[in-house]
Amino acid sequence: MSTISREEVAHLARLARLEVTDDELDAFAGQLDVILQSMKTLAEVDTDGVQPTSHAVPLVNVFREDQPQPSLPRDAVLAGGPDTAEDRFRVPRILDEEA
Amino acid sequence: MTKLNTFEQAVETYEPVLGLETHIELDTRTKMFCGCATAFGAEPNTQVCPVCLALPGALPVANRAAIEATIKIGLALNCTIASWTRFARKNYFYPDMPKNFQTSQYEEPLCEDGYVEVVVDGEVHRVEIERVHLEEDTGKTLHVGGTTGRIHGATESLVDYNRAGIPLVEIVTRPVPGTGALAPEVARAYTAELRDIVRSLGVSDVRMEQGSLRCDVNLSLNKPGEEWGTRTETKNVNSLRSVERAVRYEVRRQSALLDAGERIFQETRHFHEATGETSPGRSKEEATDYRYFPEPDLAVMEPSREWVEELRASLPELPRKRRERLQAAWALGDKDMQSVVNADAVDLIEATVAAGAAPAGAVKWWLGELSRRANESGAELTALAIDPAQVAELQAMVDDGRLNDKLARQVIDGVLAGEGSPAEVAQKRGLEVVSDTGALETAVDEAIAANPAVADKIRGGTHAAAGVLIGAVMKATKGQADAGAVRQIILDKLS
Repeated sequence: MSTISREEVAHLARLARLEVTDDELDAFAGQLDVILQSMKTLAEVDTDGVQPTSHAVPLVNVFREDQPQPSLPRDAVLAGGPDTAEDRFRVPRILDEEA
Repeated sequence: MTKLNTFEQAVETYEPVLGLETHIELDTRTKMFCGCATAFGAEPNTQVCPVCLALPGALPVANRAAIEATIKIGLALNCTIASWTRFARKNYFYPDMPKNFQTSQYEEPLCEDGYVEVVVDGEVHRVEIERVHLEEDTGKTLHVGGTTGRIHGATESLVDYNRAGIPLVEIVTRPVPGTGALAPEVARAYTAELRDIVRSLGVSDVRMEQGSLRCDVNLSLNKPGEEWGTRTETKNVNSLRSVERAVRYEVRRQSALLDAGERIFQETRHFHEATGETSPGRSKEEATDYRYFPEPDLAVMEPSREWVEELRASLPELPRKRRERLQAAWALGDKDMQSVVNADAVDLIEATVAAGAAPAGAVKWWLGELSRRANESGAELTALAIDPAQVAELQAMVDDGRLNDKLARQVIDGVLAGEGSPAEVAQKRGLEVVSDTGALETAVDEAIAANPAVADKIRGGTHAAAGVLIGAVMKATKGQADAGAVRQIILDKLS
């Protein structure tokens, strides 16, 4: 029995703007299940008294000074997008979202 | 559509609960996580780099100046500064962020638990601050193909990422209950106070009309003794006046729905400047699934207590202190000073006094005639087409006896119409007081001759009767005489 449902996979795919077929839903649910099971195994480790961490390197307070550096040439910036107009990225209309 | 209640009806039945979320763009020279410049009005997509675009291998590094500015804001708002804090990724897909996430803060904001006190109608309202956190601004989207330039009806959008990555401070209040009928004024006063505090710190130009201070207004209603209602979040509220109007409108709209037995949906709404109304935006239900997680590319921050105290010691005079100082210097009573603050005229009057006007004169113009003009045109006082130096010049002309109040008002007409400085307007429109004593004496002689009975009364000692003759002279000189001088001439002639 999968711990993650097809519906949950479909929801995640929608949040990530991924188009997923019905067959893929089943396949991904199975694969994600393996990952979740592995996490469960990890969760069995006794971590009492161990600080949670989000960073692998023991660095704090890494800052830069407020000094401008060159940006990319605009052509290079726009080259990363599929479509441009008026020196801007051109994207399909978005409905039901805020401006 | 249900008919709206009047605001007065609404607040008789329901108690509003306010909440305010304010975004302030910092005016650092570079962006939050990279060295791209932040100049306003640059050519589209010329201040963009691999970090802005989250290209593979790009490594963001936090801007020290932005961290310091945020800590200063937190301190000025009486917050506790975190001793351990980190950034988080807020994941969402929307073309205004090329990274498909916004770097923000989640459970560990830089500053927490502060407050701001505002005075409305002589009452102190304490607005509690839940958190102050640091994030990055989004790109600018231009909607094309629609008739209104807004997102609805647009066929496509064009995106400029110059603004994406500029440091943005978000300041969130706790819910503010208990303001009753004063809710709109409290919301406005809070926003104005916040703006003034941040401006005094010199970390942002906090210009609402340019979007460097942006406001979201949360509002719910409940009946006395009942639980708080469902709130709506109104976005796009871009002036102090709009903050007030948005609260007022939501109170009226929600109360009408509740009266009709309908429910309020938790939703984002848009404020429309032209009509003062709000309309529904996207539904919140799914949009809040942001899957935050700690940002792995940015090191955690541990602001040392020494650093925080150094920043605290560097804080300038805050608006409240400044107002107390100015109130004393201008010799104003509490009520008059409150009127000055409510009219958003502190800076204007200070600058007018600095330009040489006596405080009383500066206060009189800004709170009187100029406030009236602003109200008539539905504009903020600060947006009037007359500046403090011009008001000081106008007052100087009155002090010199070159203008009387009536003429001064006509000069204001001209200045507001863009005809130049007060002196230029007075000259072009021929609005100087008649100071030619010969001309005044002739006018007085004519007035006496035309009103012999009145003249006799004055000769008999009834000086109050002089008003009739002064009126006649003013009429004859089309208002361009100095009433005091005319009175003196009349009394000299008839005694």
